[in-house]
Amino acid sequence: MTTHDDVVEERRNFLYIATGAAGVVAAGAAAWPLIDQMNPSKDVLALSSIEVDLSKIPLGQNAVFLWRGNPVFVRHRTEAEIAEARAGDTADLADPEKDEDRVQKPEWLIISAVCTHLGCVPLEHHGDFDGWLCPCHGSHYDISGRVTKGPAPLNLPVVPYEFLDDSTVRIG
Amino acid sequence: MASENKFEPTNPTLKWIEDRLPLMGLIYNSIGGGYNVPRNLNYWWNFGVLAGFMMVVQIVTGIILAMHYIPNIDLAFDSVQHIKRDVNYGWLLQAIHANGASMFFIVVYVHILRGFYFGSYKAPREILWFLGIIIYLIMMATGFMGYVLPWGQMSFWGAKVITNLFSVFDFIPFIGDGIVNWLWGGFSVGQPTLNRFFSLHYLLPFVLVGVVILHVWALHIPGSTNPLGIDAKGKHDKIPFHPYYTAKDAFGLGVFIIFFAAFVFYIPDFLGHPDNYIKANPLVTPTHIVPEWYYLPFYAILRAIDNKLIGVLAMFSSILIMFAMPWLDGARVRSMRFRPLSRFFFWLFVANGIFLGYLGQRAPDDILWFGLVATSYAQMATFFYFAYFLIIMPLVSRMETTKPVPTSIAAAVLEANKKG
Ligand code: HEM
Ligand code: FES
Repeated sequence: MTTHDDVVEERRNFLYIATGAAGVVAAGAAAWPLIDQMNPSKDVLALSSIEVDLSKIPLGQNAVFLWRGNPVFVRHRTEAEIAEARAGDTADLADPEKDEDRVQKPEWLIISAVCTHLGCVPLEHHGDFDGWLCPCHGSHYDISGRVTKGPAPLNLPVVPYEFLDDSTVRIG
Repeated sequence: MASENKFEPTNPTLKWIEDRLPLMGLIYNSIGGGYNVPRNLNYWWNFGVLAGFMMVVQIVTGIILAMHYIPNIDLAFDSVQHIKRDVNYGWLLQAIHANGASMFFIVVYVHILRGFYFGSYKAPREILWFLGIIIYLIMMATGFMGYVLPWGQMSFWGAKVITNLFSVFDFIPFIGDGIVNWLWGGFSVGQPTLNRFFSLHYLLPFVLVGVVILHVWALHIPGSTNPLGIDAKGKHDKIPFHPYYTAKDAFGLGVFIIFFAAFVFYIPDFLGHPDNYIKANPLVTPTHIVPEWYYLPFYAILRAIDNKLIGVLAMFSSILIMFAMPWLDGARVRSMRFRPLSRFFFWLFVANGIFLGYLGQRAPDDILWFGLVATSYAQMATFFYFAYFLIIMPLVSRMETTKPVPTSIAAAVLEANKKG
């Protein structure tokens, strides 16, 4: 049987919970601007793109460009290097990917130069697999930018790019 | 802050103030004649006061540096050179602050290991111990952000690698992916990062002061333990802090300042890294990046593990595991003076920690001895590090037969005096 006291208590409990819930929501709403201000601001977000003149990069060379504050590798691969990259497709990879899926034109490999371990810039023409070696904690990347050894979990990602003509590419 | 002696000023003005705000009494009962301390403390008990001294030194010199430093990626590097070359006594204050961070860590490491050896983390001092670990974590964050401020190559790449540690949490839905961008305020370490690190580097030392006050408060509830590890019982076991330990601490402080000054005046760059005299360049990672010496053992643990997530978790756990020590160690006797086997493993742990530090500054693929690379040794040392806490400490502390413990501090001290 519900008495008058039960009803009062029930109503009071409801008020406690409703006030508490409103307080939590308000506190969350007040905290959000304090947290979100640390995210990249609008000017940083405004995506920039860069154009790269490929005719300046000789065969077998690796060039580095700064895109959105991070370095990007543009590697002009030789026939032998392309063959090696294709042969690497069958290797036991941590992050399996085919070389042909990582390039638009096989002689131009355009990838992020940020090691997927902790963000250092790997050194070209180093490492056990003719690609890159990250000096920080020893991740090796092959000539397709795929991780073959070391603590890095993922391949060096392909960045978004587009060929404007045979010798110009736009990154971003 | 319980005490037997009450502070009663005779001067009427002082008494008038004391009746309204008992501040002098608080000091008297905390570090004065009103605070009674075990009579047998040795020099290992100096390091808490030394840490407090270093905290004050860092805050005073830091506030002055901030008057001349510019947190801008184009100007920061030059502004530090300006401090060193042009600002009056800037060379001195900058060298004190930069070396002071190292001194602070040296002192705190000794202080922590003193706690390990003499069982200071055991009941009833667990909260005191936890507050100490929190202090250490705040120091690590502060030192890391401070090292970024001069914006040299090591500053930049250290910042990049350490902030990237948080990218292992990218499997967490919603927040995971953006966590490093949130930390950086961009797509890489840049202007927003430097700016916020400066803000936080200024803030955290004051948070540290707050936690240190709690730490000292928690200390004054049971009071200090002592080299024998037995509780002080009667009047005979204790002496007033002032003048006995104020004098002992002052002497220790003098010796320490000589050591500190030797670095500041003769080898101010000894603990630094030459690459940090090169301005930050986001296109080129130095061929060999190393953190400051005080992070090296943990850096070695991070690199020992060939899996990003597990490596990062191992590194964080290697510090957080200290929170469990009051329970991992089940010995009834505090001090390792009476626990020879524990003592042996303790020194092995210290040697292992130094070895990890050595490995942390070698390149991972360096071949060291017997054809094994640095990473292989780091794996063994990391294993020992965790085995010390998780296997050796729980078992040895519970199984070891301890040597006879003296009945009281006074008895032990008088006995030792008789032998001369
Ligand atoms: C817990 C105490 C503190 C620690 C451990 C600490 C640590 C450090 C470290 C390691 C550096 C880099 C020094 C170098 O390589 O040149 C630094 C720089 C700096 N710190 Fe601190 N700091 C502390 C407190 C403070 C405070 C309270 C301020 C006040 C704002 C401050 C302001 C600065 C400034 C402006 C710099 C850049 C100038 C320079 O590089 O010398 N620090 N700090
Ligand atoms: S950052 Fe490249 S291996 Fe760690």
